[in-house]
Parts: sequence; C-alpha cells; structure tokens
Amino acid sequence: MNLYTAPGTGKDESSVERLEAEPVNSAKIRKPLYEKRKKIFPKRAEGRFRQFKWLVMLVTLTIYYVTPWLRWDRGPYAPDQAVLIDLANRRFYFFFIEIWPQEFYYVAGLLVMAGFGLFLVTTAIGRAWCGYTCPQTVWVDLFLVVERAVEGDRNARMKLDAGPWTFDKLWKRVVKHSIWLVIGVLTGGAWIFYFANAPALLTDFVTGQAASVAYATVALLTATTYIFGGLMREQVCTYMCPWPRIQGAMLDENSLVVTYNDWRGEPRSRHAKKAMAAGQPVGDCVDCNACVAVCPMGIDIRDGQQLECITCALCIDACDGVMDKIGKERGLIAYATLAEYNANMALATDNGTIAIDPARVHDSAGRLNDKVRHFNWRIIYRPRVLVYCAVWLAIGLAMALHLAQRERLELNVLHDRNPQFVVESSGAIRNGYTIRLLNMIPEPRVISLSLQALPGATMTVPTLSKDPGERFDIPTQPDQATTLKVFVTLPREGVAGAVTPFRFLAEDRDGSEHAVYDASFNAPEKKQ
Amino acid sequence: MADKHVDDVSGVETTGHVWDGIRELDTPMPRWWLLTFYATIVWAVIYAIAYPSIPLVREATRGWLGYSSRAELTHDVEKAKAGQTVYLDKIATLPLAEIDADPQLRQFAISGGASAFKVNCAPCHGSGAAGGPGFPNLNDDDWLWGGNLDAIHQTIAHGVRYDADPDTRVSEMPAFQGVLEPKQIREVAAYVVSLTAKPSDPALVEPGKQVFADNCASCHGEDAKGNRDMGAPDLADAIWLKGSGEDAIVRQVSSPRHGVMPAWGARLGDTTVKQLTIFVHSLGGGE
Repeated sequence: MNLYTAPGTGKDESSVERLEAEPVNSAKIRKPLYEKRKKIFPKRAEGRFRQFKWLVMLVTLTIYYVTPWLRWDRGPYAPDQAVLIDLANRRFYFFFIEIWPQEFYYVAGLLVMAGFGLFLVTTAIGRAWCGYTCPQTVWVDLFLVVERAVEGDRNARMKLDAGPWTFDKLWKRVVKHSIWLVIGVLTGGAWIFYFANAPALLTDFVTGQAASVAYATVALLTATTYIFGGLMREQVCTYMCPWPRIQGAMLDENSLVVTYNDWRGEPRSRHAKKAMAAGQPVGDCVDCNACVAVCPMGIDIRDGQQLECITCALCIDACDGVMDKIGKERGLIAYATLAEYNANMALATDNGTIAIDPARVHDSAGRLNDKVRHFNWRIIYRPRVLVYCAVWLAIGLAMALHLAQRERLELNVLHDRNPQFVVESSGAIRNGYTIRLLNMIPEPRVISLSLQALPGATMTVPTLSKDPGERFDIPTQPDQATTLKVFVTLPREGVAGAVTPFRFLAEDRDGSEHAVYDASFNAPEKKQ
Repeated sequence: MADKHVDDVSGVETTGHVWDGIRELDTPMPRWWLLTFYATIVWAVIYAIAYPSIPLVREATRGWLGYSSRAELTHDVEKAKAGQTVYLDKIATLPLAEIDADPQLRQFAISGGASAFKVNCAPCHGSGAAGGPGFPNLNDDDWLWGGNLDAIHQTIAHGVRYDADPDTRVSEMPAFQGVLEPKQIREVAAYVVSLTAKPSDPALVEPGKQVFADNCASCHGEDAKGNRDMGAPDLADAIWLKGSGEDAIVRQVSSPRHGVMPAWGARLGDTTVKQLTIFVHSLGGGE
C-alpha cells in the first residue's frame, strides 16, 4: 500500500515561495553549549496532518474542560460529579466506579497501562504522543493560534520582533500576553474543578469564598501554562522532558517516524531547470525551506532523525503542498520506517557505492519508479508491537475483571493486645477486638456480624446492646467506615488452647455480599 | 598567568593555568545557574532579617517576624485545648450516664480517659489495666466496690483506704492469726478453695464450712459471694486478687495484706476523673 504518494497538480517550481529559515540546531554548525535561545516563529501549516491536529486539539481540550462538568447520579449519599477526586473525603469517583484509598492499585494499574500504551504507540508510530496529544504540544499550538491572530504569520512576527518598540508593537504584545494569561487562568481554573463540586466551586471561586489552596493551584498552573506554553515552548521538550532521550530505546527499524526521504530529494537544488540543463543530477527537493519554517521546534528534518523532533508532521504538510505545486509526488517528507528508508537509499546509491542518483529511483517522466519500496501496514503486526499490545490488554482485562467482581464490603479486625485476654469471674475467657466495617456503597446498609468456628462463644457489642448474642445487626452509614468495639467471650470449658483461630463474618442482609476476617482467640497457657 | 589564551578547538578562553601543557577552559556558568545562585544570596539576607538567625552571646537575633518554634507549639497546644473545650464543658456538667449515652462524648471521654490512665493509673494497674497480684484487673467483671459508673467514679475520686480523703472507701479484714487455730485456718482455706476448685484434703472442707459461717460469712456472705458495701471480695469466683490456692488463702487469713488506692478527685479534677470513669467502664467489665 502506498501511504504517502499522490499525484501532483503539475506546475513548475517557480511557483514555490522560497523562505529564509535557519534551523536552530543545524548539523553543520557546532553550537556552543551556552548559546542563547534562538527564537522560533513557526509558519502556519496547512494540510492533512494539520487538519488532524486541529481535531485532536479540539477533542483533548474538550475532554479537559468539559469532564468536571459532567454529572452522574449516584443517589442522595454521594456527589453527582462524574469525575471527582475528593481529597478531603479520600474518594475517587469515575462515572460508575468509586475508588477508596486502599484500592489505589487501580490507579497504579492505569499508570502501568499508560506506560505500556506509550511504549506501544512509540514502537508503532514513533512519538505520536509528543506530536499530537501531549498537553505541552496542544497548549503551544493554542498559544500559537493566539500569537498568529494578534501578530500575524511568520514574516510579520519576525519583522515585529526585530523592529523597535513602537506603540503598535507594544499593544500587540500586551494583547498577546494578556490572552495567554487568560488561557493560563482558564487552564489552571479547569484543573481545580476535578477536586470539588464544579458548579459550587465556580461560584465560590468567583466570589472569593473558595479555599486558599484553590487560588494557589490556579495561580501556579496559570504560571506554568503561561511560561511553558508561551515563553519556553520547545525548550520544555528539548531540555526538560525525559521522553526524547527514552524514545531511542523504544524505536526500531520498523517504527514509523517523520522522515526526509533524501534518496529522492537529493541533490537538492534551488535552480532545478538550470542544473538539469547543465546535465547535473537533480532531486525532488527544491530547498524552499518550507519544512523548516513550519517546524514548531525550529529544526530541519532534512538533517535526519533528531531528539528535538516531536513528529508533529507539520513539515509533511508543508512539503506536500510544495510537491503538489511543482507536480511531484507527495511524500518527500513522510512517515517512513528505517527499513523502508534504507532499502530505498540502497536503491538510490547502488548499495552505497555511489552518491545519491535521482535517476535510479525516478522514471523518465520524473516520477518514482516501481523499484521504490513503499510503506506496508502489515509491518505493524510484529512481535514487539504484539507483546506490548498483549501486556497492555492483559492489565486492562485483569483490572476490568477485578473491578467487576470486587466486593463493596470490607471487614478489618484489630485484636486487643493489652491485655491479650481477660478472665471473667465465672472463669470464662474474654477477648476484645476493634472491628472496622467498610460499607463502600453510597447507601446505608445493615451488616450482620457473626462468629465462625468458635463454638460456644458469644459476642458483646457495648455500643449496640448490653446483652451478649451470637449475631449482631450493625447499621452502617453510606460510603463510610464504622468502627466498633466487640468483646468475644468463651466459657471456660470451650477453651481449646492458648490460641484458637476463628473467623469474623460480615454479611449484607440479603446475603449478596460478605467479608470474612481470620482472627484468633487468646487464652491462658494452662487451663485453670 | 595574565596572558589571555583562547582554545583553538572550542574558541573559549582558558583560565590561564597550565598543568603539563593542559589548560582548563574558562567556561562561563549557565545564566540560569548564576541567577539562581544570586537569588539564594538575596533570599538568605531576607531570611536572616525576617527570622531568628544570627547567634549572639545570650540568644540569637529575634527576627522581624518574631517567629519562634516554641511560640508556635504553645499556639498549637492552645488551639487544641480550645477545640477540646466544647467536649470538656459538657463532660464537666452532664451526669455520667448521659455522657456514656452520647456516642461522640463517650468516645472523647474514652480517649481522654485512656491518656489520663496511662499517666496516673498504669504504674499500679498496668498499661492495659490488667492489674497484677494485689492490684485489681479493671477489664474483668469482678468489682470489689461495684462496677457501675457511679461506683467506679466514687472509687477513683476518693480512693481506697486513703486516709487523707475523709470519703475514702475503707474496709479491713481482721488478722485471724491467734484468733483461729492454725488447723481451723487450714480448714477454712480448704473450704474456700472447694467453692471453685479441688481442695488438697476433702476431709477439711466440712469443718471449714463451719469455721467460715462463724467467722467470715458476716462480711463475705453466707454463700461467700462477697459484699460490695464493705469491699469484701467474692470468694466463689475465678478471680483472686492476692493469689489463688490454699497457701495464698492461709496467708491472707492469717495476716491480711491491704492495698491502698489514692484519691484522684482533688488531684486530677472531676472532669478528668469522669473521663477515667467512662474509660474504665468501657474496658469490658462495666456494669
């Protein structure tokens, strides 16, 4: 299957605008370590990947801003916010799932899944996370939209930046930074709604009634959004993020990465016709620098794979536009695998014995010939991808299964240690226990507590009744833990030894749920 | 040393020092690093002015903010005390039965009582209130002076055989050495043991019963079940304060030992004694 080539419209390269664009990290120049940052003015790109990125931005931002406002009815005893991290009460609500702190392993599982998901995606399609969905990328994109709207596209921005501080420059800068700050406030503002009832918190926040931690969080996130998205941008990816360094271990020769296909592009020429007339070999690249100009990282993809590249694919869009204009096939810059690239490179250079010869990959009409290898989707199904997939699915399934079967009733028992036992005046032995009943559903329940495997024993629950019994119905509050002191008494003749194992059994009234706790009953060493 | 030397490869000035022909690049510090360094200096100055920092002969400088960790602790303690006042006021005014019936108040009293117990009562009664020879176990259901809230409160507040308190509980078992024949003491001991266990010589039980009726029943009761008004222990149960067995009983009949419990009412105040009462009552033997 041909992933990237499409017929061009057939004009010559004179219609292509040439851009003066220097990459920030040109391979030709040895960059001093302490050099000042070069400003980047990404040009607006247009094309398939840009369209897709707008869509991803819309979806991700919608998820982020809308989620806290979704409602989910859980009855009168629990909050009705669909996604809520209730730190004060230590509960996490996610639609139909409610998680208690001791069930935090679900979150750990999700994190493991996120990790394997990242490995999987990177192995298959390179740094797609970085290029499309990473918040840093999405917010920088959003900030660039603002920047373009206020200051114009690349050239206008460069001119403005280089120009003196006129009134025009001043107000444009003020407007831009103000909008950035507003976006920052909205970003930080949306975050806090995940931690409290959103509508109530919004009212409190606006009227100054909210907790100081809410204001501090918004202030902090406003600052980070503004600084990371507006001021630092690509430096966050290049210097702060560990992922560019890790990706090397994730990619293999069959991973799809944004690639400049120099086997068809070189030798690049700005004056192709003249060169061709002179009988020199000419590749498809017209050296228009469109790929450099649109790059949000400010790099030149033609220098090859580099850690700065977040694979946002905007250079593909820019180059495809140029190829369309000059009537060449798309895909001079394309998603390609190293294996495919190497095969084509070997073809163009006769297995590395000669310099790249465009004639070896092009036919007489200037189109790519049949020997050129194209991307094959089936390469996705390779052991490495399948193993990541399997691990990811296995964790997901295990968690889903566990979640579906988990009991919403738990019983914890703490045996009194001091004293370990008490001899009653009748000679009976008494042990004390602190019982903790966890009613993990948002409804009040009556839980029946009884003893198992301790014949003759009776229980006393002083807070419920003065009289001993063999079974107690304990009313529990919705979504709460109930703590009770329970005394278990065994007549002298029932004592079997110093330590007798037995069980506490807690049951839902209708028997639908139960919890047991293996406890022990202590008695004096010698039977008196 | 003073000559300016620039490294050919990197184009960076060197420090001017030469070691065996090796020169060190005079690479400048990264700006962010330098700025952070200067910021820490500024911060240190501000901190030194605002907080206690510079040690002088007697004490350190106090700082503009007047902060001290001791004052902070005092403040925290006061805050905690203020939080307790609500409960403590209620405990001070309400009768014991009402405190015990209110779950929140009861829990507070148990916690407060437990901590007061560890400080004041644990030396004799043990940290788990399980007592020891001569010191009653407060977990069980055997009470010398009564195990309801008011009786426990009375015992804690005024003590037992504590002469300094006029309302203290008083009882004294007479020494029967000299009053009874040694053989009679043996017999009565065998009888008492026979109420709950096997005596060493069954032949002693019958005469012992008569000795008991003549000498002991007035306090310990006809059935040897004791008498709480006099603090006379129940001799027909499984619990022995001064030790079990015939020899221990012979010793206690011949020349009895008596424990003394101090009166805590005046020392701890009634609110604390009430909390102690609720705590002791909650241990499992309360009536």
